Amino acid sequence: MSLATPTPEATTAPGMTTTLQVQNLNFFYGQFQGLKNINLDIFEKKVTAFIGPSGCGKSTLLRTLNRMYDLYPGQRAEGAIMYSGRNILDADVDVNVLRAKIGMVFQKPTPFPMSIYENIAFGVRLYENLTRGEMDERVEWALNKAALWSEVKDKLHKSGLSLSGGQQQRLCIARGVAVKPDVLLLDEPTSALDPISTVKIEELISELKEDYTITIVTHNMQQAARCSDYTAYMYLGELVEFGETDKIFLNPSKKETQDYITGRFG
Amino acid sequence: MNQVAVLTSDNPIYRARLLRHRIGITLSVAAMFTGLMFLLWILAVLIINGFGAIDLDIFTKTTPAPGSAGGGLLNPIVGSLMMVGMATLISTPIGIFAGVYLAEYGEESRFAQITRFVTDVMLSAPSIVIGLFIYAIYVANVRHFSGWAGSFAIALIAIPVVVRTTDNMLILVPNSLREAAFALGAPRWKVATMVRLRAVKAGVLTGVLLAVARISGETAPLLFTALNNQFFSADMNSPLANLPVVIFQFAMSPYDNWRELAWGGALLITFSVLGLNILSRLIAAAGQKNG
Repeated sequence: MSLATPTPEATTAPGMTTTLQVQNLNFFYGQFQGLKNINLDIFEKKVTAFIGPSGCGKSTLLRTLNRMYDLYPGQRAEGAIMYSGRNILDADVDVNVLRAKIGMVFQKPTPFPMSIYENIAFGVRLYENLTRGEMDERVEWALNKAALWSEVKDKLHKSGLSLSGGQQQRLCIARGVAVKPDVLLLDEPTSALDPISTVKIEELISELKEDYTITIVTHNMQQAARCSDYTAYMYLGELVEFGETDKIFLNPSKKETQDYITGRFG
Repeated sequence: MNQVAVLTSDNPIYRARLLRHRIGITLSVAAMFTGLMFLLWILAVLIINGFGAIDLDIFTKTTPAPGSAGGGLLNPIVGSLMMVGMATLISTPIGIFAGVYLAEYGEESRFAQITRFVTDVMLSAPSIVIGLFIYAIYVANVRHFSGWAGSFAIALIAIPVVVRTTDNMLILVPNSLREAAFALGAPRWKVATMVRLRAVKAGVLTGVLLAVARISGETAPLLFTALNNQFFSADMNSPLANLPVVIFQFAMSPYDNWRELAWGGALLITFSVLGLNILSRLIAAAGQKNG
């Protein structure tokens, strides 16, 4: 299969391209149904936030977008997620190639047990054969993208684990960006960080959306309001409401959404 | 003093708990001293009896013939180092790869579950049985004892130790680290070796060192395989002298200098094993610090 450049699947508004199109998605953890008939478009170079109370399925939805659930026997998805003309849930999709195109950053920083430089080079080497000089450039480029270069440029060969939590998380973002994906999936990327690091990551998100399509799961409604363009409110495995973030927060069309964002519930 | 009065409780539930706490602590400390006392006793006896034998001769001269004076342990020291070294070279890669396989596929494959069970059985298999096994399948076929046979026997003892420590260490690696590597599009074998195994390399090295410590004192499996050699030999295809068997033989001999050499050899092995254990702890501690 080829997952090269995304071709526009559908356009909902002028100038807007859909990168991922979720169609009638159902997800099962064994017998338990975690997602119920989800339909959702994720637009190119926009930030889409998934919000909702714990257990509502927002992380589950995120983990279907790069088929992370494939690692666990007993978890399965039905329906379709269209990406560059293919349903990525099809059995013959090469999940490794898919994951190189749809990167992911996790809740807890997960630097690999190697140097800062090697943390970034690891992913790049999986799909590209770069010379030493090209790799140096790529590492610097990725660290710059993640606003970390100035802090680590003198200790690239120190362990990634020697960095602070916020720096580690930016290293993970740099690592994800370095392989030049189309989409970045962020799974509560700031919930383990202090407020200052959180602000840095949020600023980073608004810069990264110039080049990438971003999907973020967050528990923090202010965060969703601050840094997303679109918001999906989920509850008990269902997509309750999806639309432009301003509309969801200022003038939601459903009462459940209103109750949740005003803190009356959840 | 007022403070003390405030902090002294005559609550009967609390008093009873305090009493149980004190009894428990006393018993644990007593148990610790009992164990520690025997260890120190063994070390003391070894040092008292063996220290006199430790001189330059023990490392430069070969084992003495019956009735002749002096002599050293050069041939068994070299023989032991060769066989333990070869067994380590054989068992480390097999043990680590098997451990990676178990940690990576152990939950989903029946074959891996059986392997894990068999490894546990092997861990506690009597070492004399292992010696007999190598005797039956190797020594009896080539019709002579050899250093190779001895190496194979103790390698079989080391493999399950390395497998289990590697497996146990890998299972401690947080799943998030695995997922992060998969999220970059890394294939499974790369995630297993370059990220997961790398995260616990200090722990795996500790397992290898403990396996080396374990096999360097094994006697029974060498009796039927390497046998012994009263002359110096560095030929793995010939019977090889080795410290455990020499100690076993010399300790029961009527010659004073043989018995003294046996004590000296016992002291050497014990302190080598002690040294390996301390080294593995230091490596594990350093690994914890650097992740």
